[in-house]
Amino acid sequence: MLTIDRATHDAIIAHARRDHPDEACGVVAGPAGSDRPARHVPMLNAAMSPTFYEFDSGDLLRLYREMDDNDEDPVVIYHSHTATEAYPSRTDVNLAGEPGAHYVLVSTRDGAHESGPVDFRSYRIVDGEVTEEEVRVVDRYDDEAPITQQKAEH
Amino acid sequence: MAIEVRIPTILRTYTGGERVVDGAGSTVTEVIDQLEADHAGIKERLIENGEARRFVNIYVNDEDIRFTGNLQTPVADGDTVVILPAVAGGSAGV
Repeated sequence: MLTIDRATHDAIIAHARRDHPDEACGVVAGPAGSDRPARHVPMLNAAMSPTFYEFDSGDLLRLYREMDDNDEDPVVIYHSHTATEAYPSRTDVNLAGEPGAHYVLVSTRDGAHESGPVDFRSYRIVDGEVTEEEVRVVDRYDDEAPITQQKAEH
Repeated sequence: MAIEVRIPTILRTYTGGERVVDGAGSTVTEVIDQLEADHAGIKERLIENGEARRFVNIYVNDEDIRFTGNLQTPVADGDTVVILPAVAGGSAGV
């Protein structure tokens, strides 16, 4: 199951709407081992395509260094499908490189505009096998310590 | 001083869970051959038909080797080699 706070959930959907009809992509980092998505990092889709996404290789290196320095994991890796359902494509499965991550798929095919519906679904993708999981959206995390804002050093 | 090679999560099955291993060689190709000698099976995940795989990023001292000579990029003692799987996908077939 993916547990995610509402603000982050809504920010991912807003990002997907903003970049429609191109695919939007990003990460939500969280403290290592916590399985808690805490720090939303919208990424640039270097492919700038309605059917493909890829993090820029320089951005990718900076992101991983930042997560290393903060002792964080990529808890959520998300992207949008803009003309198809929110289900991992064969490409998504073949290229999934983080067995510990929740892969979130958002579909804006019916809801690119502000009032339209947007599907938000989450999967585990391990060794080519896709398992959908429940998404629980919470107002805040139960045992949340006072929020400390960390600024990305970009 | 050795070459520091940083291994991504998905390839740590080959390194017994180690996130950083020692490397040796004067080019990326040689570093990868040495990795293979120490951690059998890892090379095939990095190289395809003699080229670095399209969806694996390799950096020498923060430079993507695609811009510095690919597998022939020179490496020296004290350098850091980072391996990261691309974060990519999408609704299109590759």
